[in-house]
Amino acid sequence: MFEIMEKRTLGPGIVLMKVKAPLIAGKAMPGQFIMLRVSEEGERIPLTIADYDRVEGSITIIFQEVGYTTRELAKLDAGDFIRDFAGPLGKPSELDVQGRVLCVGGGVGIAPLFPQIKYLSNRGNDVDVIIGARNSDYLILVDEIRDLSTNLYLATDDGSLGHKGFVTDIVKRLLEDGNRYDLVIAVGPLVMMKAVSSLTKEYKIPTTVSMNPIMVDGTGMCGGCRVTVGGKVYYACVDGPDFDGHLVDFDEAIRRQQMYREEEKEAEHNCRILSKI
Amino acid sequence: MSLDLKRVPMAEQEPGVRKHNFDEVSLGYTLEEAIQEAKRCIQCKRPRCVSGCPVNIRIPEFIDQIAKGNIDRAAEIIKETNNLPAICGRVCPQEEQCEAKCILGVKGDPIAIGRLERFAADYALEKERKNQVPVSNGIKVAIVGSGPAGLTAAADLAKYGYEVHIFEAFHEPGGVLIYGIPEFRLPESLVRKEIEGIKDLGVKIHTNIIIGKTITIDELLEQGFKAVFIGSGAGLPKFMNIPGENLNGVYSANEYLTRINLMKAYDFPNNHTPIKVGHRVSVVGGGNVAMDAARSALRLGAEEVRIVYRRSEKEMPARLEEIHHAKKEGIIFDTLVNPVEVIGDNGWVTGLKCVRMELGEPDSSGRRRPIEIPDSEFIQDVDIVIMAIGTSPNPLIVSTTPDLKAHSWGGIIVDEETGETSKEGVYAGGDAVTGAATVILAMEAGKKAAKAIHEKLKTREDLLLLL
Repeated sequence: MFEIMEKRTLGPGIVLMKVKAPLIAGKAMPGQFIMLRVSEEGERIPLTIADYDRVEGSITIIFQEVGYTTRELAKLDAGDFIRDFAGPLGKPSELDVQGRVLCVGGGVGIAPLFPQIKYLSNRGNDVDVIIGARNSDYLILVDEIRDLSTNLYLATDDGSLGHKGFVTDIVKRLLEDGNRYDLVIAVGPLVMMKAVSSLTKEYKIPTTVSMNPIMVDGTGMCGGCRVTVGGKVYYACVDGPDFDGHLVDFDEAIRRQQMYREEEKEAEHNCRILSKI
Repeated sequence: MSLDLKRVPMAEQEPGVRKHNFDEVSLGYTLEEAIQEAKRCIQCKRPRCVSGCPVNIRIPEFIDQIAKGNIDRAAEIIKETNNLPAICGRVCPQEEQCEAKCILGVKGDPIAIGRLERFAADYALEKERKNQVPVSNGIKVAIVGSGPAGLTAAADLAKYGYEVHIFEAFHEPGGVLIYGIPEFRLPESLVRKEIEGIKDLGVKIHTNIIIGKTITIDELLEQGFKAVFIGSGAGLPKFMNIPGENLNGVYSANEYLTRINLMKAYDFPNNHTPIKVGHRVSVVGGGNVAMDAARSALRLGAEEVRIVYRRSEKEMPARLEEIHHAKKEGIIFDTLVNPVEVIGDNGWVTGLKCVRMELGEPDSSGRRRPIEIPDSEFIQDVDIVIMAIGTSPNPLIVSTTPDLKAHSWGGIIVDEETGETSKEGVYAGGDAVTGAATVILAMEAGKKAAKAIHEKLKTREDLLLLL
C-alpha cells in the first residue's frame, strides 16, 4: 500500500498526486513510468513519472480523469493509499545532449515532460518549451516550467492563453525563423507527436517521442505495448517508452490505442448505473 | 496376487458443461477411489517411478500410506521433497515422468501417481494444517520471482533455517501459477493456500518490486543478502514476425491469459481489465499454453476456437490429457497448417491467412520438419488471433547485472547441478535459465539451487566459526 502524501487539482479533471514510494524515488529518472492499481478489482495502468524527490522518497504523478481507473484514482485523497505502485519502469530518456533543446508538450503530456525539462535545464542546456492545451484551464505547470525554460511558448485551442492554435504552429514558426535545436522532445497526444515529428524531420532535427500504449504488466511480459519503429516491432515497456519520432508508425499506434474503446464505454455505463442505485 | 491393470477413473465435469465455466475440469478422487487406486501399486523393491520424478518424491511410500488409509502421513512424505504437491498433482506431465516408468504400464495402466499426489495434498490442505516455522539461523537469502522455481527454493531454504525474502514484480505472488495456468486446470484458491503454507515457514513475500529496476541484484548483495536465487520466469512473448501481427485483436498468449487469470477479465466489468472475446478465435501453437488459451477463449464465449499448428498432432508438445480435454470441449485442431499473414480491415483482425504443410526429414529437435505445400494458401475467417509460440527470457535482470552471463538468446548461464551463475553468490533456475519449460522442472531447479546455496553458506559459516 502506497500513501498519497499530497493531492492537488491542476485543472478540470487533472490531478496531481505525490505518492510515498522511497524505493522507486531512489531510482526514478526522467522518462520512466510506474504501474499502478487502485483496488482489488482494478486494472493495472501505466503513468509516466511527473517528478521525483529522492530525499523525501516521493513520486509525483499527474493524470487526467479519462477512464474508469483514473476516475477511481481521483477519488482518493491525501492520507489514502494506492493499492499497488511499481517501478520505475522503462528506459530513462536519453538526455546526455549539450546545447539547445526544444521541448513540446500537449495536454497531460506536459507532466512527463516536466522532469526532462528540469533535468536538461539543471545541466546547463538552453531549453525552449512549447506547451499547449484545449484552453487555459487545462494548461498545467506553466509557472514551474517558466522558471526552468529559456523561452516558454503557450498555445490554447481557443486562444484563452498564448497562441490561438496548436503547439505545432509554434514549432513550425520557430523552425522557419531559423531556430535550430540539437534535440526535440515531444510528449502528448499521438496526433501531436506525429505532427511535431513530421515538422522536425524536414529539418533533420533528432526528435524523441514518448509512447504510452496499453500495457498489462509493464515489464515485457504481455507484449500488448508493441509499437513499430523503423519497420521493427518494439515493446514500449522495456525498449521505450521513448522512441525516435521520425521512425515511429504513429498511425498504427493510434489504431492500437482504440483496442478497448467499446469495453471502456461498457465500464463507464456500468459505473453510471451503479452510482444511480 | 493378480495384477489390477485398470486405473480407477477420475470424475470430471462434462465437456458440454465445463466449456461454459472456469471451474476445475478434473474433480479428483474420493477417499475410496484413492485407496482403491493406491492398492494397485505393487510396491517395487527398486521403484523406477522415483527416478522419474524431478524432485524424487518417495512415491511407493506415500502410496502405501494411502492404501492403508493414512492420508496425513502420505501428505507428509510428499511434502518432505515437494513443497507444492497440490499443484504438481495437477499440472506435472506425469505420463512422461514417474508414471512413464511404472512397471504396471508395461501391461496395463500405470499407477495414477499424479492423481494420488493431488488427493493426498488436497486432503492435507483441507485440514489446514500449519507448517511448522523452522528455527532461523538469521542468514538472509533473496529470491527473485514467486513462481514455482522461487517458491520451491524459498521453502527449502526456509526449512534449512534461512531468513528468506521473495521479491515479486506483480501485485500477486505465484508467477505462472497465477497469471498463466487457468482456473479450470489449477484453481487460484489452491495456489494461494500452497503459498500460505510457504509463508508459514517464515518466508516473507514482497510484491510490486521489480528486481533489476526497483532494486538491483548488486544492491541485494550489498544489503546483506548472502545469496540470491533468480527465478524470474519466461518473460517476453514471441511473435511470428508475419504481416498484420499488430492489428487489434492479435494477442500473445501471455497477455491473453494474464488478462483472464491474474486480472480476471472474464468478470469484466466487475473486474476492470477488459478483454476482446471475439466470435472466432485461432490460437497458434501446440503446447500447453496454446491449449490453455484456446480453452479459455471457449469459456469466455467465443463461438469457434481453433488450434493452428504447423506440425502434426503427434509432434504437439502439449500434454495428451490437455489435447483430449480441448478436443472434447469442441476445439477444432488445424494441424499441418502455418499462418503467413494476419488479415485486417480498418485496423482490426478479419482473418488469418495460412498455408498447408507436410512433414519432411527430422530436424535438430528430432521432430520431422514441416515443409510448406505450394499453392495451398487459404484464409481462416477469425477476429481474434492468439500467438502461443513461446517466450524469450526477460532482459531486465541480465541487463542491470553487469557480471551475470547469459546466452545470446537471453537465458542465464548456470551450472546445471547447482544453479550457480557466473556471479558469486547468485543462482538461477526455471524458465529464466531454460526458456519456457514446465512447472516441475522449475521446481527441480529451485530445489537444487537451494541445496547448493545451503552447502555453500553452511561451509562458509563453519569456516567463520573456526576462525
